[in-house]
Amino acid sequence: MPRINSPTELEELRKSILSKRDPDRPCIAICAGTSCLALGNDRVIGAFEEEIKKQSLEAKVDIRATGCHGFCEKGPNIVIYPEEICYMEVIPEGVSDIISQTVLGKKVIDRLIYTDPNTGEKAAHQSEIPFYKNQMRHLIGNNTKVDPKSIDDYLALGGYSALSKSLFEMTPEQVLEEIKKANLRGRGGGGFPTGLKWETARNAPGEKKYVIVNAHEGEPGAFMDRALFTGNPHSVLEGLIIGAYAIGSHQGFIYTRHDTPQLRNNIVVALTQAEGYGLLGENILGSGFNFNVEVHLDIGIFVSGESSALMRSIEGKTPEPRPKYIRTAVSGIWEKPSNLNNVETWANVPQIINNGSEWYTSIGTERSKGTKLISLSGNICNTGVVEVPMGTSLREIVYDIGGGIPNGKKLKAIHFGGPLGGSIPASLLDTPLDFDELAKLGAPMGAGGMLVMDEDTNMVDVARFFLNFLTDESCGKCVPCREGIRQMLKILTNITQGKGREGDVALLEELAEVAGNASLCALGRTSSNPLLSTLYYFRDEYEGIKENG
Amino acid sequence: MGEILLQIDGREVKVEEGMTILEAAQSTGINIPTLCYHEKLEPYGACRICTVEVETGGRTNLVAACLYPVQENLVVMTRSEKVDKIRKMLLELMIAHAPEAGALQELAQEYGANKDRFEKEPSFCILCGLCVRYCAEVKKKNAVGFVDRGGRREVIFIPEIAAKECWNCKECFPLCPTEALQAGYLLTEALAFPSGNR
Ligand SMILES: Cc1cc2nc3c(=O)[nH]c(=O)nc-3n(C[C@H](O)[C@H](O)[C@H](O)COP(=O)(O)O)c2cc1C
Ligand code: SF4
Repeated sequence: MPRINSPTELEELRKSILSKRDPDRPCIAICAGTSCLALGNDRVIGAFEEEIKKQSLEAKVDIRATGCHGFCEKGPNIVIYPEEICYMEVIPEGVSDIISQTVLGKKVIDRLIYTDPNTGEKAAHQSEIPFYKNQMRHLIGNNTKVDPKSIDDYLALGGYSALSKSLFEMTPEQVLEEIKKANLRGRGGGGFPTGLKWETARNAPGEKKYVIVNAHEGEPGAFMDRALFTGNPHSVLEGLIIGAYAIGSHQGFIYTRHDTPQLRNNIVVALTQAEGYGLLGENILGSGFNFNVEVHLDIGIFVSGESSALMRSIEGKTPEPRPKYIRTAVSGIWEKPSNLNNVETWANVPQIINNGSEWYTSIGTERSKGTKLISLSGNICNTGVVEVPMGTSLREIVYDIGGGIPNGKKLKAIHFGGPLGGSIPASLLDTPLDFDELAKLGAPMGAGGMLVMDEDTNMVDVARFFLNFLTDESCGKCVPCREGIRQMLKILTNITQGKGREGDVALLEELAEVAGNASLCALGRTSSNPLLSTLYYFRDEYEGIKENG
Repeated sequence: MGEILLQIDGREVKVEEGMTILEAAQSTGINIPTLCYHEKLEPYGACRICTVEVETGGRTNLVAACLYPVQENLVVMTRSEKVDKIRKMLLELMIAHAPEAGALQELAQEYGANKDRFEKEPSFCILCGLCVRYCAEVKKKNAVGFVDRGGRREVIFIPEIAAKECWNCKECFPLCPTEALQAGYLLTEALAFPSGNR
């Protein structure tokens, strides 16, 4: 790998990569995301390799094992370029037909394309399939176009041009200003303004500063960070390096899951390749800026994604939250200023630098800008990873993209934000996807897990499920959270078993208030969100069950 | 270090910069209850019984006095309706695990806590971590530690270390706010059944 020593050399390299690529040459992009692999896509990949060898097509047809395409419901997914034909539910036995009829014969195979279950209408291209065409896939859309293990694929799409622009055409202050003007807000749950956090870390006293990617993704029902980071690791890494430059940090950390070897592997490969090209390490692109990144594996417990617990974990200690009367951006890892952002937050940075804050703020609502990744699951026809502009109504997500509720059932509620989020009833379906609107309704967006529930769902059970989850996934250090959750869970269990008692609801509310006001970290303080939201919107279910019992 | 002027319970108080609210209050003779605090140990903030109300920039917040650093012009209320309500329930929650604990009973009386509000689950431990932290921070032996997490968290003595260190020390026993004997019980258990077969 030649080291790149200037922006000019970067552009030359890009040109040389592109010149070796024929845009008309067929390429089969096969999803190797977690869900498709579980459905047997490794065998599909194997079958394509074999078939291509058998027909001696190695010089004519490319295969690309990619990250998640998004439409997990219909996996195993493949996309055939240059026509961008999407085939779904592909099995190894269908591979030889695909090669001969579509790749070589340029004919669409009807049985493999999307069929609308309601109208029977068929659609062969992403631009026609409702699940895809109603999205705005600025972040996840590149997943089908890159092999996560190939930095050249990322460079071919214009990758690292934002880094080059930042280092050579902008001062760190200008980069910071652009992110502030873009109104980028953190995607990890809090929606905190990213530019302000960067500024705090930048202005905090001290030479040593850290920047960190939070790739813990512990929220049950959330799988979009994994999809993005596994499928396009360089987009996150590029954002991180730009952030480090703006903040004045020379050391980064990636805190990622210990139980997703594919993600870990792709990250390590990406780091190695970026270093090889001189996009990471000493004197990046010949700019004089130095920056290194270390990978840390998480402790598989939900609370270790909380910022202060995560930082303790990186220090090698038990991931117990630390009280944050001093912000981690000022005093974090080893008491040094430490700027933590979510995977998706970092991935937004390169496109803001490339296209400008004005472009970015043209997407979204007044106070929530850009697109948002959503993990769509539950009682929904199209489970998968979805990306929409902020402001998209929940109705559009459920019906236009999600394809509605299966088995002819009615929609009952939507739950956002996992164990620290809340549920809202179907009557609020026209609510826009927006940090503040959803928080106001008691269903804060969290990281973007969107759980759809049909009429058969028992809402007390939903609250109970999340509290039960937190029993095992909190640290247990402080009394209001540990004991509050214990007692709330007991009461809910009794109610669901028909053993509810007079005064249960009032006691639940009091426990929720104490946990909410007195807990040490945000887990305890928001642990009763699911309970409170279901009490608010579905109170009769709590009281009704009591009467029946 | 400079001096800081703040208000605690309506009184103007001048204290050293870098102090916590708890230290500031103690230095002027104002009492804030604590259970997991110990002056020789790093502040821990687990029992939350020292929760107080503070006002900064027109906003009131509930914070742990043992951790919150004093600031110029901070207004602190060590008792208020909200504070008392929180302390009362925290005591009720803890007393379910340690019904006989003297320190808890006294506070329960003061805050009108109902000792029978929650079903008794005596573990004789409120997980304040005084023994664990004293052993780690002062004695530097780590003979006693936390295991498990969330609702299953508990304190155990590590048999290999305890067998060597504990009989001649036992300095953590009197720190226990629930029952000094509880530590002795756990220690005996650890030594008698070192493989955890209990
Ligand atoms: C209990 C708990 C778990 C969390 N887990 C995650 C997580 O898995 N991933 C994440 O990005 N943020 C998580 N967060 C939020 C982080 O604390 C932090 O706010 C976030 O990573 C900051 O990044 P952002 O500003 O880009 O959103 C969690 C917070 C809490 C309280
Ligand atoms: S609120 Fe819960 S998770 Fe957070 S420190 Fe307290 S016990 Fe641990």
